[in-house]
Amino acid sequence: MTTDIATAQSTNDMSDATDGVNTEGEGTQFLTFILDNEAYGVEILRVQEIKGWTPVTRIPNTPEYMQGVLNLRGTIVPIVDMRMRFNLEQIEYTPITVIIVLSVKSENGERVIGLVVDSVSDVIDVSAKNIKATPDFGTTLNTEFISGLATSTEHMVMLLDVDKLLSVDEMTALSQASDLQADSDSSE
Amino acid sequence: MTIDMSQFLETFYEESFEGLEIMETELLALDVGEADSETINTIFRAAHSIKGGSGTFGLNAVADFTHVMETLLDEMRDGKRQVTEEAVNLLLTTVDVLREMLTALRENTELDSERIKVTHDQLEELLDSSSSSSTVQETDNSSKDVPAGAQSWHISFHPHVNLFKTGNDPVRILRELETLGELEVKMDSSALPEFNNLDPEESFLGWELELKGEATREAIDEVFAWVEDECDLTIMAAEAEAEVIHAEAEPEPEPEERSQTEGRSTASTQSRKPKAAAESTSIRVGIDKVDSVINLVGELVITQSMLSTLGESFDMSKVNSLIQGMEQLELNTRQLQEQVMRMRMMPINFAFQRFPRLVHDMSQKMGKNIELKMTGEQTELDKTVMEKIGDPLVHLVRNSLDHGIESPEKRKEAGKPETATLRLNAYHQGGNIVIEVIDDGAGLNEEKIFAKAVEQGLVPADIQLEPARIHELILLPGFSTADEVTDVSGRGVGMDVVVRNIRSLGGSLEVWSKPGHGSKFTIRLPLTLAILDGQTVSVGEEDYIIPLISIIESIQLTSDMLNIVVGKGETFKLRNEHLPIIRLHNVFGGSPNTTDLIEGLLVVVESDGRKIGLFVDELKGQQQVVIKSLEVNYKRIEGISGATILGDGSVALIVDIPGLISLSNQVTATGRLKKSA
Repeated sequence: MTTDIATAQSTNDMSDATDGVNTEGEGTQFLTFILDNEAYGVEILRVQEIKGWTPVTRIPNTPEYMQGVLNLRGTIVPIVDMRMRFNLEQIEYTPITVIIVLSVKSENGERVIGLVVDSVSDVIDVSAKNIKATPDFGTTLNTEFISGLATSTEHMVMLLDVDKLLSVDEMTALSQASDLQADSDSSE
Repeated sequence: MTIDMSQFLETFYEESFEGLEIMETELLALDVGEADSETINTIFRAAHSIKGGSGTFGLNAVADFTHVMETLLDEMRDGKRQVTEEAVNLLLTTVDVLREMLTALRENTELDSERIKVTHDQLEELLDSSSSSSTVQETDNSSKDVPAGAQSWHISFHPHVNLFKTGNDPVRILRELETLGELEVKMDSSALPEFNNLDPEESFLGWELELKGEATREAIDEVFAWVEDECDLTIMAAEAEAEVIHAEAEPEPEPEERSQTEGRSTASTQSRKPKAAAESTSIRVGIDKVDSVINLVGELVITQSMLSTLGESFDMSKVNSLIQGMEQLELNTRQLQEQVMRMRMMPINFAFQRFPRLVHDMSQKMGKNIELKMTGEQTELDKTVMEKIGDPLVHLVRNSLDHGIESPEKRKEAGKPETATLRLNAYHQGGNIVIEVIDDGAGLNEEKIFAKAVEQGLVPADIQLEPARIHELILLPGFSTADEVTDVSGRGVGMDVVVRNIRSLGGSLEVWSKPGHGSKFTIRLPLTLAILDGQTVSVGEEDYIIPLISIIESIQLTSDMLNIVVGKGETFKLRNEHLPIIRLHNVFGGSPNTTDLIEGLLVVVESDGRKIGLFVDELKGQQQVVIKSLEVNYKRIEGISGATILGDGSVALIVDIPGLISLSNQVTATGRLKKSA
């Protein structure tokens, strides 16, 4: 788990984290957002922009949490609904529903992806030593995408590993499952 | 002394390949028997530029090789040698070898020294065979390693008095010269003043040098590069013949500093007709194109300022001028877009220019008389498209030469002229470029094709096919009619690859053939990959773009056209053809306004020579759309070739017809593809 914590740090902090030496105050900044009354955090350096919800163009035959694509100043950006992604109860999009546009690293370079969340709340400073390993949530939540837990003043923030969460493999796994199903059926 | 030459190396390669192309084209244009001196001159200059360049970059193998070639060309130019077919063929081989050498050097791979030596020897032999070439005999007996410039040079080197002040030392220059060959030095001290008047910081000595050995002129020039301006220098080859060559193409030795930039520009003015690089990452854009873009931008600015003036004090009385202004703006933007696109355009000549050679070689190899006629070489198309269309075109041409065109005897029997004609035509049609490969050969043998297709299990034997359908069989994977596999074609890895390549460019291939009259292959390609003519269709709330090139027509069904085959899906009858229907909403999901086939519209599209009806709610406008990739940020979606941004800023998906059909087959097999939760 410690290595996971390290990856959650921005690169300049990484050496500190791996060395186990942490200076107070020198933390990583996270943008926190709310999803079904829970706070989640993404590394702020990954955030490109935050914009209000606008209708998207649906892409056929993709997982349901894949809301569609959006025109972001000429770039086609896929939009992922985080409630659906985490199998949370769905709610209507409201004026405070926001899209956090993130840049995600993958083998093929950087990709830009938008996350639909309930609302954006804060920016917090977290030093590496204040990041706790993820406890086992049981089956309700897949902890694979959570790189650690941070406690801010009031509540606990789940820090997301966006690269893992939004990797193409991850996002296509489900649709491929249905494709396979289709293939095996058609071959019969 | 050492400058980092590697930065110019890439340019040298590019220019050399261009030079080789010029040589090839001109060689093929050369009439055997009567030498057109202008043509020979062009070839000669191209060869000379390569020789000069390679010498400068220390690519001696190339320089040596080119030198022999140059000698041969020089004799032709001076009329000392007849232009024979043998010589032309050898020169063509030489061009090939040179190209291989340069490619090998560029990619740092091993040179095929065996082949180089063989060709080199052949050249030497040809040179030897003529008694008139006595002046260049010395190159003939030299071995492969020391051919070029194997001669002696007379160098007269008289530095100016201020040579030392520029930081140069004649001794170093002499030492450097010594490395080039056997050096005989005679000092000329006549300018030396009396000891009292001697200023030790000034130079008074001069040298007369004899350099023997394999040094090239370029190598010597390089030694003197830095002192060029500070001395009186004459470099003369001891042989008059060699001097003539240099005097003509390179009248004065140029200082290295200048020749770096100028040497290239001379290369371009001397040897290059206005042609751009064939395959490189850069494009040369004609200044006229740039100018027209600048003009258009100027107009755009004027329109913009007109509109903003209008906006400052706008009232309803000015609505008309506003509308006019907007029209102007639209016109400007469209023109600007077209012009910018044109910058990426190159004449199709670049794809065509390899064919004279190909036809020349193959007609010789196969003993057929073939005349190649090309039209529309100046037709422009996108550079990316051009790069990808080359191979399919070669394939089509080879097929025509090998399968299509008969032997002279057979042609005579059939009452046709013995010389067959192969035509390559290119022209623009709508937003497409059309390339035709036409031969007047035997045409496709329909019976044989059908029999082969049955034999290969591609079609059932009891089926009745129209000739046009039979022709399309040759486009199927694994199809080959050749009874024997030749090295030219007939391996059956052919037409389907061609079709796939063309289709991947968003184009199409049509086959036409008439037994005894020949065949015609028509390639239709979009002018550019970045923009597509699209038809917007809607399904419920959603809009999709269908490429106009795949649309045949759009119809409204009537109930008597419909034919529902239980378990097989829906079909409709269109002028004696029964075509399957694909409901777009079945494949892509979404909630259509109507599921009644008679209420909605059917867009008849064609893909792989198969027509299908695509059921949509309604048609919207036609427009040019800019293609955006979905893969950049997400992944490839089956049935979707990309996305585009509509006028209102929303995203519409572009339908990929072949993908859609295969997706639809999966859907019909499994029922509706469920969205995974």
